[in-house]
Amino acid sequence: MAHESTYKPGNALSKWFDDRLPVLRLMHDQFGVFPMPRNLNYLWTFGGILTFFLVVQVLSGVVLAMHYVPHESMAFASVEHIMRDVNWGWLLRYMHANGGSMFFLAVYLHIIRGMYYGSYKAPREILWILGVFIFLAMMATAFMGYSLVWGQMSFWAVTVITNLFSSLDAIWSGLGTAIVEWIWGGFAVGNPTLNRLYSLHYLLPFVIFGLVLLHIWALHVPGSNNPTGIEIKTKSDSISFHPYYTVKDGFAMSAFIVLFAFFIFYAPNFLSHPDNYIEADPLVTPPHIVPEWYFLPFYAILRAIPDKLLGVIALFASILLLLFIPWLDTSKVKSARYRPIYKWFFALFVISGLVLGYLGAKAPEGWYLIVGRIATAYYFLHLLVIMPVVGWIEKPTAMPGSITESVLGKGAGGGTPKGAAAAPERR
Amino acid sequence: MKAITSPGMRLASILSVGLLCALGAFAAPARAAGDLPTITAQSWSFNGPFGTFDRGQLQRGYKVYKEVCAGCHGMKFLHFRNLGEEGGPEFSEAAVKALAAEVEVSDGPNDEGEMFDRAGRPADAFPSPFANAQAARAANNGALPPDLSVMAKARTGGADYLYALLTGYSDPPEGVTVAEGMNYNKAFPGHQIAMAVPLFDDGVEYTDGTAATLDNHAKDVSAFLMWAAEPKLEERLRIGLRFMIYLVLLTGFLYLAKRRVWGSLKH
Repeated sequence: MAHESTYKPGNALSKWFDDRLPVLRLMHDQFGVFPMPRNLNYLWTFGGILTFFLVVQVLSGVVLAMHYVPHESMAFASVEHIMRDVNWGWLLRYMHANGGSMFFLAVYLHIIRGMYYGSYKAPREILWILGVFIFLAMMATAFMGYSLVWGQMSFWAVTVITNLFSSLDAIWSGLGTAIVEWIWGGFAVGNPTLNRLYSLHYLLPFVIFGLVLLHIWALHVPGSNNPTGIEIKTKSDSISFHPYYTVKDGFAMSAFIVLFAFFIFYAPNFLSHPDNYIEADPLVTPPHIVPEWYFLPFYAILRAIPDKLLGVIALFASILLLLFIPWLDTSKVKSARYRPIYKWFFALFVISGLVLGYLGAKAPEGWYLIVGRIATAYYFLHLLVIMPVVGWIEKPTAMPGSITESVLGKGAGGGTPKGAAAAPERR
Repeated sequence: MKAITSPGMRLASILSVGLLCALGAFAAPARAAGDLPTITAQSWSFNGPFGTFDRGQLQRGYKVYKEVCAGCHGMKFLHFRNLGEEGGPEFSEAAVKALAAEVEVSDGPNDEGEMFDRAGRPADAFPSPFANAQAARAANNGALPPDLSVMAKARTGGADYLYALLTGYSDPPEGVTVAEGMNYNKAFPGHQIAMAVPLFDDGVEYTDGTAATLDNHAKDVSAFLMWAAEPKLEERLRIGLRFMIYLVLLTGFLYLAKRRVWGSLKH
């Protein structure tokens, strides 16, 4: 939330610095006294957790890159070299591989939270759109990173996913093939492909970093949404970021790292596929090509559609449609807490995502395919029909008058004029 | 305990648990893909959070590998020095030198530009049984014996699978015909494997008093392959335990700090 700067340089040096580069002022205003809704729950801690994982991935990745060799005949061996001969190499690699999974787990929870509480609605549309771009960039980065291992699953995942573009042949004969060969840098997935994937895998995290800065900037203009979806109106609705949310985010982050550490130390390969410990072989196709778990819902959507081109379109649409939900959702109320009908449809939406994830790992045949089609249909129905229609017809339940009222009960500051209530810190 | 019982916290925990279950569900079928026969879990010394390798078992396992498997299977990511490293078979320095010296290694070129043969040193990699994949296929009826360096991580079931495979040879059941040059195996996907029965009772001589049974040979070499695939397992578990204790304490203290900070505020 834009607010007047309250920073006061403590000494001559910080005053001198502040007149030239007011970075301390920025930190003070944006992360010290920044007014936050007082009623945020633990679902609001994933922003901090995600920032942590971006840093973990960049730091571990930079060191891994010092030892990794992006060459088709040496990549797999260099990964084993890291696991065996590089000091703490096994730790770095398991951190980086499982860090990717934790990054996606956190981002899915972050997205579900944003959707449930209507965090994409005015005035936070750009904040949301930047978030979708970050998600897209994360997907691209994770896909490229997975390919670098150059195991069987890496190689065949690259083959399958890049081949999606060949579906454009259905529009203009030869177009798709030309694009695929351009991406590959040859007539098959090979050394040029691996090299460019490596280059882009190193580049994209910095793009994500830039997008994250914009995301935080866009967040700090209207300030955080909250479980009631009601904006901050009076002083008693808000508390300062520090110490309240620094300590709460710190606790949540530490608890999440316990889960991260569990995977690193006790189940480092649980989330990946054993086939990726077999070196890439263009002559041997694995019986089942499956992506990493975090892509399975989208993989299921791709395979639910019988037509190749339409399947690819559905795959991209399932993510790109998220860009438009600030306008697809017609409800005046932000938080699904006060939306008796939409609440249930939203639960169904989350379930359809989980079902699609489960089916993404199964062969698309028999009941799996039928259920996969139903879940895919619901995914799109929810975004394109249910969001606008329910918004029109639904009658929201009674809402509290303010954030303060939602926390302290009726008559406890909802109508208190600005500045009249004592600072909550002194309560 | 207000924070714990708030609806947000509940929702957060339900969502996290739900997503985690889903995560597990995704991972499990992804690994179970293919009609693999059921593999029985064995009780390995390296199982669980406090697991360690059994040095004697790894040393016997290396002997089985060297005398039986190494005839066809290479282990290109292993070096003789690894055999003496902490957390592995931990052969003595002299033993590692002696084991390395058993193989002949092509080195060079020397000052005259000639390649020459010399006895192996601890820094040398395990020798490859064949010059190239084509030679390996030619010698094995068209089948390529895979490298075993990371085999224990490259198959669903890991060491349990390897043990099941090595002890899974039998006569084919009624009505099943096995193709020319193939062997029936209960644990192998598709049940027809090119590898002939590799291990049998008294196949490898043990010098430490362990009974030289097929079962022990299979167990020992499976454990050896697990170590070969994950040589830092002991270090990982040791550091993991310390880190976990530290992290759980830190999380507890942060929770107390959070309660303290928020205590004066009605929420």
